[in-house]
Amino acid sequence: MTNSINDLLARHTLIFTIVIVIFSLFITFFSEPYGNGLISTSFVKTLGKTVCLCIIALAMDVVWGYCGILSLGHFAFFGLGGYMIGMWLMYERTAIIVQEAATNELLPLTETELSNAIGNQIFGVVGGYDIPSIWMFADSLGLQLILVIAVPGILAFIFGWLAFRSRVTGVYLSILTQALTLALSLYLFQNDSGLRGNNGLSGLQNIPGIEYLGQEVISIGFFWASCIFLIIIFLIFHSLMKSKFGLIITSIRDNETRVRFLGYNVEIYKLFIFVLTAIISSIAGALYYPQAGIINPAELAPIASIYLAVWVAIGGRGKLYGAIIGAAFVSLFSSWFTGGQAPDIPLGIFTIEWVNWWTVLLGFGFVIITIFSENGIIGFLRNIFVKEK
Amino acid sequence: MKIKFYIILLYAIFLNLPAIAHHDEFNIFLIENSENIIKSSAKTVDPILRDIQSFDDEIVSRFLELWKSKSLYYIKDTKQLVIVYENDESFDALEIDGLTWIGNYSKKEIKKIKPNSGVRAKIDSLLVKYQISNSDINVRQKSLNSLKRNIQPEHLAVLQDAYINESDAELKTAIDRLLKFAIIKYSDSNDKKLEIIESFKGDTAIEIRASLNQLLNSSEVKVGISLPDNKNIARIIVPGFTIKNSNGTSGKTNFFNEDVEMSIIDAYDKLYAENLVYKKRITPEELKKILEQNIIGDTIGGYFISSLDNEQTRIAAYNELVVNNLAPLFVSESKIIEEVNKFIFYSVYNETSPEVTNAALDTLASINFRVQIYKYIDLFIDGLSLASIYFLGAIGLAITFGVMRVINMAHGEFIMMGAYTGYVVQQFISNHTLSLLVALPLAFIITFTAGVIMERLVIRHLYRKPLDTLLATFGISIALQQIAKNIFGTQARPLTSPSWLDGSLSLSDDLSISYIRIAIFILSLIFLALLLFVMNRTRLGLETRAVTQNPVMAANMGINPERINMLTFGFGSGIAGIAGIAIGLFSKVTSELGSEYIVQSFMTVVVGGVGNIWGTLAGASLIGFLQKFIEWFNPSNTLAAQTYMIIFIILFIQFRPKGIVALKGRAADD
Repeated sequence: MTNSINDLLARHTLIFTIVIVIFSLFITFFSEPYGNGLISTSFVKTLGKTVCLCIIALAMDVVWGYCGILSLGHFAFFGLGGYMIGMWLMYERTAIIVQEAATNELLPLTETELSNAIGNQIFGVVGGYDIPSIWMFADSLGLQLILVIAVPGILAFIFGWLAFRSRVTGVYLSILTQALTLALSLYLFQNDSGLRGNNGLSGLQNIPGIEYLGQEVISIGFFWASCIFLIIIFLIFHSLMKSKFGLIITSIRDNETRVRFLGYNVEIYKLFIFVLTAIISSIAGALYYPQAGIINPAELAPIASIYLAVWVAIGGRGKLYGAIIGAAFVSLFSSWFTGGQAPDIPLGIFTIEWVNWWTVLLGFGFVIITIFSENGIIGFLRNIFVKEK
Repeated sequence: MKIKFYIILLYAIFLNLPAIAHHDEFNIFLIENSENIIKSSAKTVDPILRDIQSFDDEIVSRFLELWKSKSLYYIKDTKQLVIVYENDESFDALEIDGLTWIGNYSKKEIKKIKPNSGVRAKIDSLLVKYQISNSDINVRQKSLNSLKRNIQPEHLAVLQDAYINESDAELKTAIDRLLKFAIIKYSDSNDKKLEIIESFKGDTAIEIRASLNQLLNSSEVKVGISLPDNKNIARIIVPGFTIKNSNGTSGKTNFFNEDVEMSIIDAYDKLYAENLVYKKRITPEELKKILEQNIIGDTIGGYFISSLDNEQTRIAAYNELVVNNLAPLFVSESKIIEEVNKFIFYSVYNETSPEVTNAALDTLASINFRVQIYKYIDLFIDGLSLASIYFLGAIGLAITFGVMRVINMAHGEFIMMGAYTGYVVQQFISNHTLSLLVALPLAFIITFTAGVIMERLVIRHLYRKPLDTLLATFGISIALQQIAKNIFGTQARPLTSPSWLDGSLSLSDDLSISYIRIAIFILSLIFLALLLFVMNRTRLGLETRAVTQNPVMAANMGINPERINMLTFGFGSGIAGIAGIAIGLFSKVTSELGSEYIVQSFMTVVVGGVGNIWGTLAGASLIGFLQKFIEWFNPSNTLAAQTYMIIFIILFIQFRPKGIVALKGRAADD
């Protein structure tokens, strides 16, 4: 059985692509607008979101599983991506609403009146109507999409450059990335951060311009976009990690000092990986939040980034498909258990309600996986196959 | 009959009426003047109040009190002044002394005397004289307090007498101070005022500042072509530029204070209101309204409606209307500025003498300088107590992470367990002091045990893999947090501190330290001493240091590294439990208590320098003081302060990656 799941998937990226495409088609043919409606729109959204989580898990796997940087901040980049696209979604939609309302007026709106009305709609909740300067590009989808890449990219570059340059490694780096995440989420929690404080951005599921299509169609569109992006990222990462560049990255994980002595500029490699994965996380976030509909600073809290590490660790780090399996597996199970759908287990005097006890199970289960199977579920499965042989 | 008498007596006692000796002369006086008392007016009351002073002080003050407080009645037939006890249907009337029962009257037969406010004020100022010279010190104190709230010019003489006659030293000082305030406020003599203002220098009492600020009250904005010569000018206002200071002067706008006192537009409106300009400013709203009223087809003033989507075209269209006499003239922005610049805006002090206001400004500046120093001290104390809190949160980590290099993400949950232990113990032992004494060791035992179990079951397997330890302990952290949530619910539980920890040590009006802060500071000092003692002076500490430096060598010397690791980890966790109680005392106990501190705690240890307890102290101090310092710039926004502090820490680590107190030599090798 040398052709274990591992080798099959690792060697034949084509198979992975086909699996995802078949999966997407399958979902589409059972969806409400294009099929018999067996799969509800909300479930399509859940699946679409899960695919986005798989993308960021891939990024996490590359930065941690391959490069050995346990970043506890990648979910912050994910959230930043969501905020960047959310700004356009919210601004544009509010502008449309305001302009529609203005058709009843006798005079056309001036620019000041328009921006005041939009500002009042968006920032009324935090007691203001001035549009902050960070929203200056919010009326342009193109510029805001550039920001989806630029903002986390620049942030990751500055942070990574500072950290790697002064040789902060291991747990210290993890704690620093966590601190960065905390700082970012605390900053966003303020009302005068210009991003609506703890209200966050909402109504993101309504895509301006194509609202007439309805959520059923839009959700399928986003689902497909997420799947295609997942395939692209998987192929990129797969070929990158197979290349010489990938070998150097893996060597840095295993013995950074030795790679440095061999003459490689370790910092540049780490920085490249750190920034690249941050940007991919951000794009994943930009795909995720229009499906989720709302983003607030709590999404960026340090705990989210640790959960991300947990998914990758449970799936199996150092293997791309491990990350995907971990993210899909844990996030779907989480929403199943905490959604109240899982049957409770009566134990005579005490009933285990999964809504309350799922996190406990996840926590302890994770501890057990960490101790007994370093490579997560994939490692566990491989062990079984190897033993059979 | 007898019963009634007792009721009346009780009533007298209840009202706290002093048993006034029967006084014929006074009664005669009342009968003679009853007409005027019943229908008193501010004009007629003066002779009565003058004559009444010849009688016994206590009777008079009692009577005035009744009169003022509308507790005085009279019998309609006889015009006799009485006090009454109200029954369901009728009144029991008593003589003014409150002892002699006169008779029972129906409610129609008796009427209340209602002196008007002018009369009451006159009674009051006379009453003050009686009360402030009363033989009972409590009465004097009370009357002084009521005077403080409402001091009138006529009280000046009374206070001066009272000051001379007062025997109690403390009260005398208080009277003296009130007298000074009264003089500042009402006296005609500038010299007296100057002398008193001078004497206030350096005294930071809030009431002195209030009195001086009141003296520096300034008028509303006035406007003229030039400044008047004979006025005591407080400030000159530059519209759109200057701000108003609390002492009446004007200042420049700065980064933190952007609210100008008067905008240029407001200034123009003011000019219009004062008839200094003749054209009314047309607001954008009015402009829009007038445009809308003049729509002809799809044009306004010859402009297409669709083209009116900017200010310039709107104004142009409006000006077309003006040309056709359809609208009042539009005042352009440049015209507004031009007009406003022709005038000077200023405000004058209510106090007319510049000497007095200058002296007050001078004194206030000297007081504010001192207040500023107090604020720095207060800031320092704030920083110190925040540093103690961070130190408490981080000290357990200083052992597990700092010494053993084990990343324990569940450390925060040990803090939480300690806090919940304190809460549970309080449910069983209601005496807060006793429950605290029980909870402290119990929290240590519980978290020590939890730590040992965790070390044996999980961490032992992961000593060579710090990143895995981080993740595994995180798993434990979320599980423990959820378990706490399941047991105690999501709402915050109170951990009440003993009553002797309530309140605060007051050093001045601006400077007080709550006892709980002092307690936490002392506790963190005790922890520091305990930790230093254990690590440097005990066998456990010696063995711990040996094992962390070189486990193999330590094992060769007969130390059991497994046992030491277990005990050290337990010790660090136990300390976290005690810290949890301390933290729980000033913040609410929730399942998220620990996670709020965990990142800062790690920061503290990393910034301070791993592997050194003094380093943790330095780290906690740096972070605590720094955070308070940043908050000081923008007190309303603690979130921003935390953000900036974390960014500072990230930068700090760049330049001192090993922390403030870096280990040197072999111990520094990882």
